[in-house]
Amino acid sequence: MRDVKSGCTRVLVCAGTCCVSGKAFVIIENFEKELAAAGILDIKVVKTGCFGLCSEGPIVLTQPDDYFYAKVSPQDVKEIVEEHFMQGRPVQRLLYKDASNGEALSLLEADFYKKQHKVALARCGVIDPEKIDDFIEQDGFKALEKALLTMTPGQVVEEIKNSGLRGRGGAGFPSGKKWEFTKNAAGEKKYVVCNGDEGDPGAFMDESILEGDPLSVVEAMAIAGYAIGANEGYIYVRAEYPLAIHRLKIALAQAKERGFLGKNILNSGFDFELSIRYGAGAFVCGEETALISSIEGRKGTPQLRPPYPAVKGLFGCPTLINNVETYANIGKIIMMGAEWFKAMGTAGSPGTKVFALAGNVKNIGLVEVPMGITLREIVYDIGQGIPDGRSFKAAQTGGPSGGCIPIEYIDTPIDYESLGEIGSMMGSGGLIVMDDSKCMVGIAKFFMQFMVEESCGKCAPCRLGLVRIYEALARITDGNGTMEDLQELEELAEMVSSLSFCALGQSAPNPLKTTLRYFKDEYLAHINEKRCPAGECEKLLNYEITSLCIGCRKCLKACPAAAIIGKVKEQHVIDKTKCIKCGACIESCAVKAIIRA
Amino acid sequence: MKNEQEKQKILEIIQEYNNGPSSLIQVLNMIQDEHGYLPQNVQKLVAEEMGIPFSRVYEVTSFYSRFTTEEKGECTINVCLGTACYVKGAQKNLDELKSRLGIEEGHTTEDKAFTLTSSRCIGACALAPAIVVNKEVHGMVNLEKLAHILEIYE
Repeated sequence: MRDVKSGCTRVLVCAGTCCVSGKAFVIIENFEKELAAAGILDIKVVKTGCFGLCSEGPIVLTQPDDYFYAKVSPQDVKEIVEEHFMQGRPVQRLLYKDASNGEALSLLEADFYKKQHKVALARCGVIDPEKIDDFIEQDGFKALEKALLTMTPGQVVEEIKNSGLRGRGGAGFPSGKKWEFTKNAAGEKKYVVCNGDEGDPGAFMDESILEGDPLSVVEAMAIAGYAIGANEGYIYVRAEYPLAIHRLKIALAQAKERGFLGKNILNSGFDFELSIRYGAGAFVCGEETALISSIEGRKGTPQLRPPYPAVKGLFGCPTLINNVETYANIGKIIMMGAEWFKAMGTAGSPGTKVFALAGNVKNIGLVEVPMGITLREIVYDIGQGIPDGRSFKAAQTGGPSGGCIPIEYIDTPIDYESLGEIGSMMGSGGLIVMDDSKCMVGIAKFFMQFMVEESCGKCAPCRLGLVRIYEALARITDGNGTMEDLQELEELAEMVSSLSFCALGQSAPNPLKTTLRYFKDEYLAHINEKRCPAGECEKLLNYEITSLCIGCRKCLKACPAAAIIGKVKEQHVIDKTKCIKCGACIESCAVKAIIRA
Repeated sequence: MKNEQEKQKILEIIQEYNNGPSSLIQVLNMIQDEHGYLPQNVQKLVAEEMGIPFSRVYEVTSFYSRFTTEEKGECTINVCLGTACYVKGAQKNLDELKSRLGIEEGHTTEDKAFTLTSSRCIGACALAPAIVVNKEVHGMVNLEKLAHILEIYE
């Protein structure tokens, strides 16, 4: 017989990509097993989407008694069931604790969540994304019902327009205008497309929405279809997101079964069908016209605009393309109204934005904040600052098309215009924090290598210009750079930006431009002094053994190039002509006698 | 595609996912997930079955980075090179793997034991730097952990 002393009736286990990698599925299985073994029938195990605080995963929450377990392993489950659920004694060692005083905190008390405001992510981490009833219970499909049964298509478009919602995929084009253009475009057949080709490396917002609340996107696309007069839609997802695809497939099947997709939805006379299309790894497919080519089953090269997709898009028909996060806002806007939405954020950028906060920051995860919040608040309040005693050097927003923001601009409000003014961009929401050990020339080179590989090859400025930029950056980080290289970089950056065919090439030099603008001294140190101030560029580093050396021969054995010479109990020396600068010696040294400078 | 049995399997996939020329990428993704790679004879079969020119199939397979025409090894190691992983040292892991396995990215060891690939971002940024070995994600990988992981699969 069960003997339950806790107030827990639901145990929520995060099943986002990070937590799943930490064996969240085994945790769920173990909970089900242990609960059954203990004869506890009235505690429900819920597999949810991402809770957001990924660096503390796998995360387990109990409701309604509200305990927040962090870094749970499958072996811990038995203890939680026996101690917490049966004895009413929450397992202290696993509870998430305040870093300053060690007090256990509930999810919403954690600093990470305090400044957040969830709209697009409202259901992520709350519902089981594979159960349509969970979605319906949380007001799912109410917006679709309202739109279909009480609003005209024109009213729906008007509402979205009035909300001031801007495209969350990067460029920030007013979504309502897109809806209006597509609605007004001539043509019998029209399409609705969801851009889930989240190509920005280091960003996982769209993935988390598709994994945590896929039906919100389905509902919004049906609303969009009704508004613009389309009966067919496509969701384009990266094949690299198997879990998101799996959950989307379930969502589509369940929505169809319940009559939220298909013929005569909610007896309104409106028909709508959705299918999934996979990306196959091409950054350029985030560009609308390239994405259309890809959905049509061709290589993803961009096409000349105009005609814009709103006029001539998929299969030559008027097409509405919005990003995943944009769609995730639609249901709420229809339900709560444009005024409610505009009350959040800033005048020019209303609403909230989801960011994937990652890199050298303590709290890594998914955050949704009102527009206009400063970078400092995100990095230091939500992210809790830089770990390992290091200091903030730069934040990178907008991915390979965005820029590096230095400490001088850490109080910049996050909105489309402010980020543009300092040379970066909102992008889709990747936000990578970098500490003082990162070389900014190296970062520029990293993004340039990415862009060289991702350039589709259609136009010469992008195809060739980016390679020349990359080569010049490589010369500089290798210690062979000259002042002419620097001059050439500035010219090439302008040339590629102004002459490229599509947004990929036009924005590709942004990481280079911003690092040149804010971190020029680092470029100069590489060129003039053959020195990497951050100590990252290996070819510019020198290794030296100091007098702390106890002559233990560990480094000598670790050196793959046999570059270390010395006798037992005597200070060793590195032969610089043989040293390959791999750093193996530093890692092997027990007394920290080797320095890199 | 080496035998009739493999051919049948591929034909089944084409049948299941073929909804006209626009489903080409879908079909190729599915075949690759099952078969591991897309050699020329498989591409030709897809072209014939779907009624589209071989040149277009080839164009698509060579354009998208996820598609590979080389046979994969028993164990595929995929290094995530997203920005979050890069700032946490993914390049070091990749360099180490290259030197240990003696192959470049996108290639397979001669004994067909290991294939080394890299990804733009697998979306597991909290676990950076991450590598995926045969679909299993390993997080916070450093050189020591890497050696340990390799031992399991060697």
